[in-house]
Amino acid sequence: MIATLDSYSQVAIYSAMAVYVLSFIMFTLDLAKRSASKGELVGSRRRPFERIAFALVILGWALHVAGAVFRGFAQGFVPWANMFEFSLTSSAIVVGVFIFIQFWQNLKFVGAVVTAFALISLGVGTTNYYVPVKPLPPALDSYWLIIHVFVAALGTAFFVIGAALAFVQLLQARRESGKKSLTLLKTLPDAVRLENHSYFVNVVGFVFWTFTLIAGSIWAERAWGRYWGWDTKEVWTFIIWVIYAGYIHARATRGWRGARSAWLAIIGFSSVMFNYTVVNLFFKGLHSYSGL
Amino acid sequence: MRTALFLLLLLAIAAVPGSLVPQRSADPNGVVQYFEDNPDLAPILDTVQAFDVYTSVWFSSIYLLLFLSLIGCVIPRTMHHMKALRTKPPRTPARLDRLSGYTSIEATETDAATAVESARALLRRSGYRVRTFEGARAAGAPGDLSVSAERGYLRETGNLVFHTALIGVLASVGIGGGFSYNGQKVVVEGQPFVNVLNDYSSFNPGRFFDERVMPPYRLVLDDFRVVYERANFNAYGFPIDFTADVTVHIPGEKSYQDQVKVNHPLHVLGSDTFLLGNGYAPRITVTDADGNVAFTDSVPFLPQDANLTSLGVIKVPDALPEQIGMIGFFYPTAEALETGALTSTFPDLRDPVLSLNVYTGDLGIDDGVPRSVYSLDTDGMTQVAGGHAEADAIQLRPGEAVELPGGIGTVTFEDASDPTSGNSPTSGQADSVPRFASFDIHHDPSQGWVLFFAVASVLGLLTSLFIPRRRVWIKAVERAEGGIRLEYAGLARGDDPGLEAAVASLAERHAQQLGLKLSQ
Ligand code: HEM
Repeated sequence: MIATLDSYSQVAIYSAMAVYVLSFIMFTLDLAKRSASKGELVGSRRRPFERIAFALVILGWALHVAGAVFRGFAQGFVPWANMFEFSLTSSAIVVGVFIFIQFWQNLKFVGAVVTAFALISLGVGTTNYYVPVKPLPPALDSYWLIIHVFVAALGTAFFVIGAALAFVQLLQARRESGKKSLTLLKTLPDAVRLENHSYFVNVVGFVFWTFTLIAGSIWAERAWGRYWGWDTKEVWTFIIWVIYAGYIHARATRGWRGARSAWLAIIGFSSVMFNYTVVNLFFKGLHSYSGL
Repeated sequence: MRTALFLLLLLAIAAVPGSLVPQRSADPNGVVQYFEDNPDLAPILDTVQAFDVYTSVWFSSIYLLLFLSLIGCVIPRTMHHMKALRTKPPRTPARLDRLSGYTSIEATETDAATAVESARALLRRSGYRVRTFEGARAAGAPGDLSVSAERGYLRETGNLVFHTALIGVLASVGIGGGFSYNGQKVVVEGQPFVNVLNDYSSFNPGRFFDERVMPPYRLVLDDFRVVYERANFNAYGFPIDFTADVTVHIPGEKSYQDQVKVNHPLHVLGSDTFLLGNGYAPRITVTDADGNVAFTDSVPFLPQDANLTSLGVIKVPDALPEQIGMIGFFYPTAEALETGALTSTFPDLRDPVLSLNVYTGDLGIDDGVPRSVYSLDTDGMTQVAGGHAEADAIQLRPGEAVELPGGIGTVTFEDASDPTSGNSPTSGQADSVPRFASFDIHHDPSQGWVLFFAVASVLGLLTSLFIPRRRVWIKAVERAEGGIRLEYAGLARGDDPGLEAAVASLAERHAQQLGLKLSQ
């Protein structure tokens, strides 16, 4: 039974990856077409590739979520208890946030980045970190694990999109300052709007991250008897939090709007990725739960 | 703001080294190891407090400076905000058409007073603080009436709550942490732990710790149970549950039974007991050359791998004529490797075997220097069994006894499930070796405060980030040709991407309320 459910999960994950590849190609074709256009802003009705790409993302996401849910049922616990499951679930949350954020603003132009991120997570997760279903170690058997890790993944999702927007903002600002640049940027919102979007998305991420920090402390208190001990993972969670607090301040500091704050968003995001890969795998600490 | 930003970024950078180099607080053994691996570099790093980053002078200065500047900014801002809360919205600007979301509507069906009164009611209902103004009426020029409105004072309140709560968190950690203590204790099944200072194996008091505050309760570890996975072959032998059954004795109260589990600490009289580790404590009796019982105790062996191959040390200082020391491995389920060496293949007791290397001579514990009970200094000793000695290492199963080489005594691996030993007999080997649990006992009166301030800071953060602060104006200008022109505009205070939409929606609702058609 466990093995059957786990194999359903794998089939769903591989199918999701196949669909994401197609979606990524469509998003890229859309960007290529934007480059070829003379740079006039066109509504989404006139963007067939983008529409197909988005439909594919939704399909891929449904498969992706199914993969995570099967995995969860296979082991009888939430599917985020080791590195493999965390890469599976957190990338599903990233794509989910990308889909739902479209109700707020049309940010489909970062679709290529988001699908690429999901593909890399799933690819590395399935090939390098896959572990068969195992019982949950007693140390992880806590509601706080469910909350803490889930909220961390949500925060990460917003940081991914926030960083992608900050990156486009930097390119856009370069173009606006008269430097030679990609034509496709003319079809995208201006740098100030991009900065505002990026700020909002990162701030939502920051709120989730603050939550992660607190839920993690409560869990650490339950499990180890101290809410804070400067364990490596705690150190990096703190560093990330402080960088984003800096980012928020940068917006209110003269001379730090624009490019500098965009760089801070990118540095913050890089630390999140560092925490999620290098710290999990190579640093020694109490949080060595990667299951490898 | 520039100082805050600078110090924040500096703090982030300063926190990095502590994750690259082991820290004394989180990983003391790692620090010892680091000194061994890098004998040249480590002392240099130590002089800049690289092994105590988070209590170092430089790290502390950064966050103290940050919090000083924080206090220096929160106080004046709080005063300013208190005043702002009592001030009325400012006078309507003369020209609204340069402000955000400017909209105007011509209306003939109504007059300025009615329109402005209805605008006032509408804005109040939408949570604005309002004030009406009558425009200066220059000779001959048309007059105007207007409402000036402001909302979102909560945004600043939230921001102040957030920043103040951060000060609260730091203060609780700093002051409350001084009254805390934590200690560790290894307890073998059947044995008690008493919450007094000298019963702890190790103890870390806070700065203001006072021994008299420790409540003198007693815990007895009745039973320690572990459940191992047996169904899933991918995880065979994986522990899935640890339970320590304890009896709690509080002076002057009826004693009661309770449990300590991983993630489920036991709360007794303001301190929490956590289950952090476990292992086996073989019960060993040693007699010396004269036939006297020189040692009998359960000795905790420290697990070395997932199948609980465990390492332990037995010191018999009372043996005559010479002291005896033993270093041993314990295998809960012993199996011989091809080389003949033993290993354990399952963490539960299926075929427990104890193997001992025996030394005689001076244990080196009479000179007053404290020595770890988990290590044996064999420098002043002669090996009599195992290793290079003539006799092989001693191997024992529960219930077995053996003579030590050279007639220096005997050693017995007691079967703890033997009815004569006081335990109830059970089937097989299951209870032949007692288990031990290692407990962490914590008392930290600051926790509640830290949590309170942390929650306050999140609430403040949410309020300050997501409540927009804005001003809007609705003005009714009398036109020379009769009728009025209604003007709407807003001003963002801080980031407010929703401002234009908000002004447009106000205009629409106001027009609807007055029964006007929206044709500009
Ligand atoms: C020198 C002391 C500080 C000053 C003068 C200061 C000032 C400010 C100001 C004016 C804002 C509002 C920015 C806006 O509305 O866009 C703000 C926001 C913020 N500050 Fe500070 N701050 C200080 C210290 C800190 C510290 C130590 C932290 C925490 C690590 C922090 C974290 C934040 C965060 C997360 C926000 C955004 C949330 C909010 O608006 O309340 N600040 N700060």
